[in-house]
Amino acid sequence: MDSRTGETLGAKPIAAGSDEVADLVARARSGDFEAFQEIVLRYQSRIYTFARRLLGNDADAEDVTQETFLALLEHLDQYRGEGPLLSWLLRIAANEVHRLWRRQNRQVAQADATEEEDSISQLPRPEFIAPWRDDPQQLLLRRETATLLDQALAELPEKYRAVFVLRDIEGFSTEQTAEMLGLSVANVKVRLLRARLMLREKLTRYFGDPDQRVSPDHPHT
Amino acid sequence: MTCEELLRLINELVDGELDLNLAECQEFAEHLAKCNPCQVVVDNIRQTIQLYRAGEPFPLPREFQARLLASLRRRWQERFARESESSSQASGS
Repeated sequence: MDSRTGETLGAKPIAAGSDEVADLVARARSGDFEAFQEIVLRYQSRIYTFARRLLGNDADAEDVTQETFLALLEHLDQYRGEGPLLSWLLRIAANEVHRLWRRQNRQVAQADATEEEDSISQLPRPEFIAPWRDDPQQLLLRRETATLLDQALAELPEKYRAVFVLRDIEGFSTEQTAEMLGLSVANVKVRLLRARLMLREKLTRYFGDPDQRVSPDHPHT
Repeated sequence: MTCEELLRLINELVDGELDLNLAECQEFAEHLAKCNPCQVVVDNIRQTIQLYRAGEPFPLPREFQARLLASLRRRWQERFARESESSSQASGS
């Protein structure tokens, strides 16, 4: 739980917008900078974390966070309150990230027509298979867990990381993720499967119980 | 059903979107019931997603926080100065 925003990072953003936020937006629209600043303080770490996870470095994440709130400032009148403000902000941030990738000529948002077929025939094969020693609730209490999670995510190829962040961490649907990244739904599904398998492999090497490890080459009765 | 075939359906299984006919469903359930490594892989993936969803946000660098608010305040003043200028022009015309 983020003590400043009172929100759980993994909570799906597709929840009802609160009256308090609606009130802040209304006040900001009428020129109250304090209300606007309150919105920024409430969501800044969610937006920054989102950008930081997608981009993997502080400088780009700062740029995207700044551009997102500048866009909010300029287009506050366009927010109709139909969905939660956070979802709206995340979409703006995703657009900014997309723009940055294009400017840097990165391949993240480039659909790959052969990807679906290739990936199905060449899925990363689970190698280290073992039940975890502790459940996620216990793991989250440990200081080193956050570092291990960030490290594993940062090591993923960017195109898989982007899909995992949008779909599994932020809770966007497959269709929304496809639209935000300019990919086909099939591409998103394949990239998500590969991302999940890669992260599972990495995390199980940290958290798996070696004494209960089972062989990937096993007979079936 | 082989482990590899099951692997391809893991997204649908984990997301609760498995769309199989009765025979496929049975084959799938039978494989999962008998194959401990596949059960463990599915559990591991569920735990992986759970961990990331509940993870902590990155702290905002302090100097960036100050810079961000300063730049927003500047833009805010420009915007409202622009608006009040155009509304006074409109009322004056």
